[in-house]
Amino acid sequence: MTNSWTDIRNTDLVVIMGGNAAEAHPCGFKWVTEAKANRGAKLIVIDPRYNRSASVADFYAPIRQGSDIAFLMGLINWCISNDKVQWAYTKAFTNAAFIVKEGFAYQDGLFTGYDEEKRDYNRDSWEYEIGPDGYALVDDTLQHPRCVWNLLKQHVAIYTPEMVERICGTPKDKFLHIAQMIGECSSPTKTMTSMYALGWTQHSKGSQNIRGMAMLQLILGNIGVRGGGMNALRGHSNIQGLTDIGLMSNLIPGYLNIPADKEVDFATYMSTRGFKPLRPNQMSYWQNYKKFFVSFMKSMWGDAATAQNDWAYDYLPKLDVSGYDVLRAFELMKQGKMNVYFCQGFNPLQAFPNKAKLAEALAKLKLLVVMDPLQTETARFWEDHGIYNKADPASIKTEVIQLPSTCFAEDEGSLVNSGRWLQWHWPGGSPPGEAKHDTWIMAQIHLRLKELYRKEGGAFPDPILNLNWAYKDPGEPSPEELAREMNGSALVDVFDPNDPSKKILEAGKQLSGFGLYRDDGTTAGGCWIYSGCWTEVGNMMARRDNSDPDETGAYLKWSFAWPANRRILYNRASCDLDGKPWDPSRKLIEWDGAKWTGYDVPDIAPTAKPREVGPFIMNPEGSSRLFVRKMMRDGPFPVHYEPFESPVANVIAPKVRGNPVARVFADDWKQFADIGDPNFPYAGTTYRLTEHFHYWTKNNHVNSVLQPQQFVEISEELAKEKGIVKGGWVRVWSKRGELLAIAVVTKRIKPMTIDGKTVHVVGVPIHWGFVGAARKGFPANVLTPFVGDANIETPEFKAFMVNIEPSTGPVA
Amino acid sequence: MNMELSRRAFLRTSGAGLAGTTLGAFGFGEAEAAVAAHVKPFHLVNTVEARNTCTYCSVACGIIIFAKGDLRKGEKADIVHIEGDADHPTNRGTLCPKGAALLNIVKSETRLTQPMVRKPGSDTFEPISWDVALDKIARAMKDDRDANFIAKNKDGVTVNRWLTTGFLAASATTNETAFATYKVVRSTGMLAFDNQARV
Repeated sequence: MTNSWTDIRNTDLVVIMGGNAAEAHPCGFKWVTEAKANRGAKLIVIDPRYNRSASVADFYAPIRQGSDIAFLMGLINWCISNDKVQWAYTKAFTNAAFIVKEGFAYQDGLFTGYDEEKRDYNRDSWEYEIGPDGYALVDDTLQHPRCVWNLLKQHVAIYTPEMVERICGTPKDKFLHIAQMIGECSSPTKTMTSMYALGWTQHSKGSQNIRGMAMLQLILGNIGVRGGGMNALRGHSNIQGLTDIGLMSNLIPGYLNIPADKEVDFATYMSTRGFKPLRPNQMSYWQNYKKFFVSFMKSMWGDAATAQNDWAYDYLPKLDVSGYDVLRAFELMKQGKMNVYFCQGFNPLQAFPNKAKLAEALAKLKLLVVMDPLQTETARFWEDHGIYNKADPASIKTEVIQLPSTCFAEDEGSLVNSGRWLQWHWPGGSPPGEAKHDTWIMAQIHLRLKELYRKEGGAFPDPILNLNWAYKDPGEPSPEELAREMNGSALVDVFDPNDPSKKILEAGKQLSGFGLYRDDGTTAGGCWIYSGCWTEVGNMMARRDNSDPDETGAYLKWSFAWPANRRILYNRASCDLDGKPWDPSRKLIEWDGAKWTGYDVPDIAPTAKPREVGPFIMNPEGSSRLFVRKMMRDGPFPVHYEPFESPVANVIAPKVRGNPVARVFADDWKQFADIGDPNFPYAGTTYRLTEHFHYWTKNNHVNSVLQPQQFVEISEELAKEKGIVKGGWVRVWSKRGELLAIAVVTKRIKPMTIDGKTVHVVGVPIHWGFVGAARKGFPANVLTPFVGDANIETPEFKAFMVNIEPSTGPVA
Repeated sequence: MNMELSRRAFLRTSGAGLAGTTLGAFGFGEAEAAVAAHVKPFHLVNTVEARNTCTYCSVACGIIIFAKGDLRKGEKADIVHIEGDADHPTNRGTLCPKGAALLNIVKSETRLTQPMVRKPGSDTFEPISWDVALDKIARAMKDDRDANFIAKNKDGVTVNRWLTTGFLAASATTNETAFATYKVVRSTGMLAFDNQARV
């Protein structure tokens, strides 16, 4: 989230698209209700199903899953055509005026530089024209034919209301009604918030779905303001934290990167990370990259990371591909190239696509280690559960070690909510039986591995032997020690270079923020964006003062928000060019003539003059990007691509199948249904129920009583066509697998007309498996295709093709 | 724990048995009085409270865990009740159908209570001690790493990666667990490293 849950109260218009907050985030959705009741805010829901968010919406429109980009580009087109643009904001705070290189073009669904063989682009032309002074060229009059604004106008022109209806199935009058409601928020005193979740991420073009809405929010002037923003409703209690701390193949904590093979040494690695400003006076805050990197390396390897060895640069592994994400890991596993696999509180047999492939892959491991508070299907993938999990244990040679870990109620530490608040929590109970904290388990593994390397030597033991592990009890680092380490501290006394009598940092003291991080090895800090969370004042994450001056929703003294306790990102953009709030009734910060002050921590240098320094301080442009240059693999503007399995060919680019640069493994292509395949005529999608949380709550008696039985949801029309009765059994199958479930025949789903063709939707809730207190059932991933988003490999769970027929119930 | 005088803490320190009207006189509004009226005395008298966060979605509702026994005194603590934290700015005491049943996930019959191993070809899990399990894991890692570690790529560039072992991290563990996990996993050169954010 750029904003926070409590900030939603400040909005005028909520758009829920790609999510279902009323059911999946009920207590957060309360702030929508609050805005409706107290501000007269309106709610729009755009979803394939008339869900419970829709049931309290002021306006609902259906959309076919996987067609969001067409809708969003349609909205941008409509806003541009109807002058519903916050012009002052768009001109000053976006890259609308920047001039793009000659040679850049877009045609028939593809940008310049496409290589069909490699399924990749040469992105060299996706850049700005750079002037002789080294800065990007701009045309503030927006007249230049290759300025971003004119390219955007051209790019979205095809997405007319008629085209939106043809691709999305959303009736034109409904689309226009929504466009008008949204267009009103181009006023500087009206704002809209976007609430989205997996309905946008779980597509082969998920990143571009989100980008599409971000672009719309920018031209409406809704980023950085109270009640506005791009608000990702994140799924798990600390999914934000795990991402921040970089537990991903290619990340270092705080969104730094693991080096690639071509970055042969530290100097080469840093050579592309200078972040020189692209316009005069801009902060381009990533210019501090080296400070964050070196401090991280000091935190990892302490005295072993020195200037002489490039801060132990070679201790980091290098990537020969973009990343070893889970899909690639399971592909390698299936090919027999993975031997040992750890699952820490994760149930991949249910959570990733194509269950049959996952099970086949797990059976090729030598050792599977599962750490979890609960039984999982993954830990028992070898167990035979008849139709629910066919397996022949005797033939499966994988050894499985299952380790009992503690759960939230027995744990101490911080979790990051969607609004980036780091909230400390305390343990309430003793762990059951022999269950242990994950910190203990990880420490034990490390210490034992280290001891083996100390005794026996072996392959490059240095990074293991030298890992900084100076905890009071090395066998179980305490949450306090780990939190302090992430915050960062001074390693030696540091004196002011201009006044050597002035000590600016004292050895051993906690840093008050990342502004004090240094690149000379005198500071250590594990995760720069968290700096300020545990200072010399104490544990800022444990703060529980719920005061909120003038009820802005900021709650600055409640916990700690990254970065720097800032509650609304880009908040400088809540003010006009002279630093006065666009909407005085929604003041966040303002320029008082000498500095920025207000309700929130300013997202800009406190004395940065308004007309000189742009609000998007992380970007070398100082502005936000409508055109994202070469930073995304599938294009600088979003394009409508069909899902890999789709009822129709891509109307705007019939030759393009799926996202043209999404990675697809050879065997998986064979398991995709063809476009318009008559064997798989129905558009499947997956979703969550309000009574269940993923695959956890089926272990919970209460939730299992509330929703004991797996079902799928279809329209009355489809039921009639197929002879399916309400409450009767059905078989649903894709090219990858099948499930049996009860049919819920409903008015909540209606057939849609897509490019002249009737398309029925089959809804598949995800929560069932063969372990737990609920009745046995099938996870939805028996059906879903093994392909991910082109930029970040989030699997395409939301759009795939199935067939359905009446069936008898499962035979035990 | 946190020492700020919250509405709840005030209730506790001023005695749970106070009538709503009396509380009103202390400056509490009607809503607080209503909350006070239904707070059952046994929550406050016979149990120890801990502030925690719901383990499910990222709304991150504040919760209060009530247990018999005080962990801070080194006692065994048995959780008897979980409810929404009325002082929390986001949820203000409310919980959804999942959060309202948190106690039952803590006490689930399918909680794991001891290390187990399933041997190759076996059709059952059998108990194993922590010590033996952890030694087995460390040994398997060392053997696989030594056999498959890639120190240099074909161009002779130092790459120091290990691709035959992978690690999927959780999404409901704390930042502190995440950082300890990061350090341990990264120090081995593992690259097949991911977490639930991927889905």
